[in-house]
Formats: sequence, C-alpha cells, structure tokens
Amino acid sequence: MRRLLWVAALLAATGTVAHAAGALEGQVDRQALNWAAIVMFLLFVLGTLGITWRAAMQTRSAADFYAAGGGITGFQNGLAIAGDYMSAASFLGISGLVFASGFDGLIYSIGFLVGWPVILFLIAERLRNLGKFTFADVASFRLEPTSIRILSATGTLVVVAFYLIAQMVGAGKLIQLLFGLEYLYAVVIVGILMIVYVAFGGMKATTWVQIIKACLLLAGASFMAFMVLWRFGFSPEAMFAEAVRVHPRADAIMAPGALVSDPVSAISLGLALMFGTAGLPHILMRFFTVSDAQAARKSVFYATGFIAYFYILTFIIGFGAITFLMTDDSFYTADAAGVINRITGLLGGTNMAAIHLSTAVGGSLFLGFISAVAFATILAVVAGLTLAGASAVSHDLYAEVIARGRADEQKEVRISKLSAVVIGIVAIMLGYVFENQNVAFMVGLAFAVAASCNFPVLLMSVFWKGATTRGSLIGGFLGLISAVAMVVLSKAVWVQTLGFAQAIFPYDNPALFSMTIAFVGIWFFSKTDTSAQAAKEKAGFDAQYVRSETGIGASSAHVH
Amino acid sequence: MSDDAHLRVLNSPQFHELVRRRAGFAWTLSIIMLVIYFGFIALVAFAKPLLAMKVGGGVTSLGIVLGLVVIVAAFLLTGIYVRRANGEFDEMTARLKAEQQS
Repeated sequence: MRRLLWVAALLAATGTVAHAAGALEGQVDRQALNWAAIVMFLLFVLGTLGITWRAAMQTRSAADFYAAGGGITGFQNGLAIAGDYMSAASFLGISGLVFASGFDGLIYSIGFLVGWPVILFLIAERLRNLGKFTFADVASFRLEPTSIRILSATGTLVVVAFYLIAQMVGAGKLIQLLFGLEYLYAVVIVGILMIVYVAFGGMKATTWVQIIKACLLLAGASFMAFMVLWRFGFSPEAMFAEAVRVHPRADAIMAPGALVSDPVSAISLGLALMFGTAGLPHILMRFFTVSDAQAARKSVFYATGFIAYFYILTFIIGFGAITFLMTDDSFYTADAAGVINRITGLLGGTNMAAIHLSTAVGGSLFLGFISAVAFATILAVVAGLTLAGASAVSHDLYAEVIARGRADEQKEVRISKLSAVVIGIVAIMLGYVFENQNVAFMVGLAFAVAASCNFPVLLMSVFWKGATTRGSLIGGFLGLISAVAMVVLSKAVWVQTLGFAQAIFPYDNPALFSMTIAFVGIWFFSKTDTSAQAAKEKAGFDAQYVRSETGIGASSAHVH
Repeated sequence: MSDDAHLRVLNSPQFHELVRRRAGFAWTLSIIMLVIYFGFIALVAFAKPLLAMKVGGGVTSLGIVLGLVVIVAAFLLTGIYVRRANGEFDEMTARLKAEQQS
C-alpha cells in the first residue's frame, strides 16, 4: 500500500509540471496535449519499472514467480482482479457502446459482472484449496496429469493468443490516436514493457502494475462521472432527459435496441460472458496469490464491488459523453456531403467517447491523464495474459509433460521467463500482422473458448466424481474445437473478415452450443470409460473432495 | 495427506454438516443469481416494450432501473456469501481441523 501511495503522490506532484509544459506548448500547437499524456505515461512506466526491480530482487522461488509468494492480501487481490477485468476495451468499448446506443451498453456490463458471484459461490475457494500455480493443478489433482495439462495448456494458450491479439491491435490503434506514435512503435513498446514486467518481476510485479492501474483508472473514471453528474445537479433523470433530447435516436436509447437480435444469441452471449470469466487463465491464476480460501473469497467480494462500481461509472460516462459531446461540433468530422453524423462522426470513432469527454470535463491535462491511464491499462492486462501463457508453458507443459514432474524449480522458472520473452515477441508480430484486420470478435472468441474448454473441465473434475481423464480430454477438446469452428463460420469471421456472402453458423456467439458439446462430451466419454485408470480416478475423488471443501492438506504458496 | 486422514474426515458428521450447509447456501445463491441474470436477458430478448416503459414520470425506463438492480444484486449476493462463509463456515472448518489433529 505504501508503494502505491508513493506512486500516486509522485503522479500528483509531477502533474503540475506536465501542466506547465502543456500551457507553454498549448498556444503553439495542439500536439501539446500529447506531451502531457506522454509525460504521465512515462511516470507510470518509471514507477512500475521501479516496482518490477524491487519485485525481481525478492523473486527467488517458483512460488514467488507464479504466485507472488502467496503474500497478496484479499483487498489487494480484489483490486488486481478488477484491474485484469477493467481493460481498455471494456472502458472505452462499453462507454462507446452506451454513447452510440444507450441502454444496450448496460447488457454487456451486466454480462461481464454476473460471472463473479457464481465464481465465488462455486469455484474460488475450491480452486485455492486444490491448486498451486495454475488451474491445471486443480484439474489434474486426481486425473492423469500429462493429458490434462496438455489440454489445459492448449486451452490457456488459445485464450491468451486471441485475447492478446485483440489487446495488441487495440493498443497500437489507441496509442497512434492518443500519442501520435506510429502503430508499429506502439506495439513494440507495449510488447517490450510487458516482457520486462513478467520476465523480471513475475507475479509480484504483474499484480502491483495491475493494482496501480486499477486505482488510477477508478480515480479518473470517478472524476469524469462526478463532473457529468455535477452538471445535472446529481440527478440521473436530468442527465437522461438531456441525452434523449440531443441523441439522434432520441428516446430509443432508453430501451433495448438492436444489440440483442434474437433470443438464442442473447442467451449464448450471456453464457459466454458469465462462464468465460470462470475459465480465463490469467484470472484463475490470481486465486493462488492469496494465503488461503478466506482471502480468496474476500478477493472476489472486493473485485465484484470494484467492477460493479466501474461499470456504473462507464454507464454514466457514456451518457455524459452524449450530453457533453453531441452538441459540440469540435468533436466531430463532417462526411463528404458536409453533414455531421452525431454518432459515427465522432473523431476517432465511438470508442473515443470517453477520451473526448475527458477533454470536455477536465481540459487537456485531464485528457493527458486519461490517455496515459488507457495505455497503462493495456500494458497491465497484456502483462497478466503473458504471465498466464508463460506459466502454462513452463509449469504445465515443461515441468509436467516434458520433464515428467522431475524438473528442478530454478530451471522451471527460467523456462517461464524465456516463454514470457517468446510470447512477447510473438504478440508484437501478431499485433503487426493483424493491424488492419477486424479483431473485435477475438475477445468474444477468447471468452467462448474459456467457457467451452477450461471451465467445463475444471467444473466437472471438481464436482463430478465420475469425471475421468478420457472424458475430460475428449470433452474439453470438443468444446475448444467447436467454439473456434463456430466463430470462424459465424458472420464476424466468415462474412466480415473472409468475405463470404452468407454465414454458415447463424448466431453471433457459439457458447450455448459449444458448452453443451463440452459438457455432454465429458459426461459421455467418462461414463463409457471402463478402464482401470478410470476406476482409480473415481476412487481418488474422496481425497480431492475433502481437500477442496476444507483445505486440509492444501499447499500454501509460501515457501517455508 | 495420508489415506486415513481423509477417511477420518469423510466419516466425521461435522464434515458432512459443513458441506451440506455450505453447498445448500452456495447453490441457492447461484440459482438466485442465474435466475436474476437470465430473467433480465429473457426480458431483453422477449419483452422489449416492457423494458422501454417509463418509470417515475420522466424519461428513465424500467430497463435501466432493472439493469442497475442486477448490478447491485450481484454485489450484495457476494457480500452475503462472504459474510457467512468467513464466519460460520470457517469456524466449522477450523473445529474440524482441530478435531483431526487431536
């Protein structure tokens, strides 16, 4: 906490310097805005590199590297989980969605939030009681480790890859827009910084980067929402009334619109958002950074609170953007005919709604702050993803599959660091390759795979005595393959990216079908599994059951 | 953990009482959350005019009020669970562990 305050104080103190610089340059050139952002972002980078250096000094064992030595408190972990969740995509994307279509934005926020209570009730403490560093530890508790780890590592890497591509491309574009940096430079900077955080500082640095960013983002968003509500005398009704008055779609923004076209897509999206959360590897890893089940529960409680608060803020920010921006031509460009479209004509697109609102409520200095926070947000999220990917390679694939459990700890950590470097370089290349592709579907795909592969395998191995290795392996891969196949055949990829005329899979989100395939697959191939190995695995359930419910025999991430 | 240790726990009535109470509580809360959420999604999919209905005489719609209710409900449910789990259930677990060690 002390370190956090120190960084916050540093940022506050140097804010005045940036302001002076902004005032100097402001009269000459609008580029001055970017300097404020760049200075604040550099401060964030310096502060977090300092933390990484300290974390690197303290990181010795595998437990330090993967799980921050189990020394993160429930409150800190709650902030870090919330930070992993409050990505730039959800901040800019959801406020942009609210700006464009009002109520529909709320459907997304709610979907992203409601997974958390279910994770808490059914998964969080069992995960902490059974696992050590990755969720594969839990699934392979009584099942055959080699195959289960191949499956979970594949699930992890697929989710990480799609999520990373979406984040890298988003980062490149955002930074291009906010800082005036070249796309490639932006992607390379993000890639190098995330490698440094993960490879040197491990989970400790990744967590603290996430906590600092979460505090900055919450503070910035709170200020914006406060300024918006202040203008309307803190009456949401007055704000809504003004939004309805100025929005081209008028009163339609207060009701569900076109986002959810048919019930099947709605339920499928709901399932993916709700249960995908419970299968995201970088989120699941966070449960091993706390000391016990009680702290794991507290982290979810705090995280849910922060995320709920954040989504209410983005909703106010979206409506605030309607009321502040739509009446001001300076935020728009006219089309060829000289007509301004009040929704799509926004400079930089609707995803920039929150960014423009920051100028409207706080001037160029605050714009600089919000831009720096948006950059920091991307950085923190990709660092978490990289760590999850690197752990899957070193802890699951190398230590269990290749070295058959005989790897020495130091070597495992070295391989993890090396994997972080490789993942970072691959992410930079993918970010470059996908620059001009539509990657909006990739976050949805990451959630669908997490909900259809990782989550069913995890849930069934913990709750169903009859689950066997064969069942989990076949069911998990069926879920993974069907989720990817259905997304490829859906409109987002088949029509919009590949250019075919007609989508083969008619719905936007595959989760309803791919989750069913995964669960039925696990059930069927476990039921029909009569091998001696299966009998042994079922017999192993009792020991797992006792430990998952009570924590008796649970390993602590602390090294004694 | 040795085999007898987990067999001892499995045979303990206290363990079954803990698991029964906690599972009942956790599944009840999960089902409440699922019903609230998918109820909301069902309204979005099937009853758009209902959600567009105005409340309080202004422009605020029922959909926005219900959406905020879902968000607040999610937070309250986690609070309710954590309160009971970190109190009652953890005490039962601690007693169970103490009993095993004696």
